[in-house]
Amino acid sequence: MMSFDPYGNPTYFILLFVALLPLMIGLLYGRRSHVYETIISFVFLLLTFGGVKWHTGIALICYLVYQIVLVGLYSKYRQRPDSPNKGWVFVVSVILAIAPLAVVKITPAVSHGASSIIGFLGISYLTFKVVQTIMETRDGVITEFHPVLFGQFLLFFPTISSGPIDRYRRFVKDYESVPTREKYLALVEKGVRYVFLGFLYKFILAYIFGTRMLPVVEHAALQAHGISWALLGVMYVYSMDLFFDFAGYSLFAVGISYLMGVETPMNFNQPFKSKNIKDFWNRWHMTLSFWFRDFIYMRLVFFVMKHKVFKSRITTANVCYVINMLIMGFWHGETWYYIVYGLFHGFAMVINDAWLRYKKKHRASIPSNKFTEYFAIFLTFNVVCFSFLIFSGFLDTLFFAGRP
Amino acid sequence: MDETKSAVLAILQDLTGEDVSANMDANLFDEGLLDSMGSVQLLLELQNQLGIEVPVSEFERSEWETPAKIVAKVESMQ
Repeated sequence: MMSFDPYGNPTYFILLFVALLPLMIGLLYGRRSHVYETIISFVFLLLTFGGVKWHTGIALICYLVYQIVLVGLYSKYRQRPDSPNKGWVFVVSVILAIAPLAVVKITPAVSHGASSIIGFLGISYLTFKVVQTIMETRDGVITEFHPVLFGQFLLFFPTISSGPIDRYRRFVKDYESVPTREKYLALVEKGVRYVFLGFLYKFILAYIFGTRMLPVVEHAALQAHGISWALLGVMYVYSMDLFFDFAGYSLFAVGISYLMGVETPMNFNQPFKSKNIKDFWNRWHMTLSFWFRDFIYMRLVFFVMKHKVFKSRITTANVCYVINMLIMGFWHGETWYYIVYGLFHGFAMVINDAWLRYKKKHRASIPSNKFTEYFAIFLTFNVVCFSFLIFSGFLDTLFFAGRP
Repeated sequence: MDETKSAVLAILQDLTGEDVSANMDANLFDEGLLDSMGSVQLLLELQNQLGIEVPVSEFERSEWETPAKIVAKVESMQ
């Protein structure tokens, strides 16, 4: 049987287009068929998780049943008229929701790189969706649990492998309604544009940077041993590859969602134009950074301030930045370079905030003009590219594993 | 000016260090006056001073980005 990585090759796109055509004609005439959507979802999930990868398909099914039962039970507990809404029940539920992902992430670190049998493509992204749903149920903003809708939210095939991470309430609103013809035509126009921009990003630019240039500069950097100009080349080339590859994929996922009448949120907004690190995280992998902002950072700050753990607001903000980014590092994987990447961004946020406070206080004496703006963008770009060099793991190869 | 509005504006002045009453439609996030930290402080102050419980899940940035929107949101929750 055929087996594909999502958006991996032209055949996938042709199949996708054929499958979406009836659905698009339906939406154009004001009809949405959940039966048809479910069938094509099933087919495309089978193409991704079937064939030689059938064991990941089994893992996905088990994961899905486990999480639906878990969220269903928690939801039942919260929706009881006299629900005590105990903190420990919530914490245990979140831990249980994260447990499969934790096993998948920790297994390679403790078993010499072997991957866990319960893993499958996209498990991290499904876990984000599960955890946020539990948190919103705890807060009482999700008041009903529909196992089927929740399953469709988790399995929405355009975004299953790497996001963007949607929110349950937002997704359901789109999924349960039909856009007006005018609105749908605008969505199709945008969707098609995104898919074509995605082709440019992923199959041309990411190909040039990642497949053509990266091996060349990496080879040169390894030959040079240690710090070299070639290493600087690796830093920039890898950063460009990372952006165009992931932004290209995200454009496909958003574009295809639009064609299905679902406004999946955008993931990137010209991140290399950022004026500071805070600005960067509002533009880079936005659905992830907003997830961390809303479900980790803000809740952590809320908890810390409510219990008056620290006297100073600044200390509170800073400690929470570092914890937040450190968790993000751990989420990427249990290697030193992901964790250092997280810490690096945590401290970058702390420094960034200190600078913003200083600037606010000394507004009159600090120049602000076109030149300082370009300088800020240049500086931010380089700090970010350096963090990606850490993230790439190339330093690990260069300094620890690359020695002959 | 009614009570809720002046209470909210006082909280915002305390948080942002600026009098925002002249510019009720200014985007506080874009202007760098509020951030996640400020948002949480706002929620806590609303709870302490006005007794309105707003869970973090309810905080959708686009619904809380200007002083006018914040006042409207708080009034709707009272």
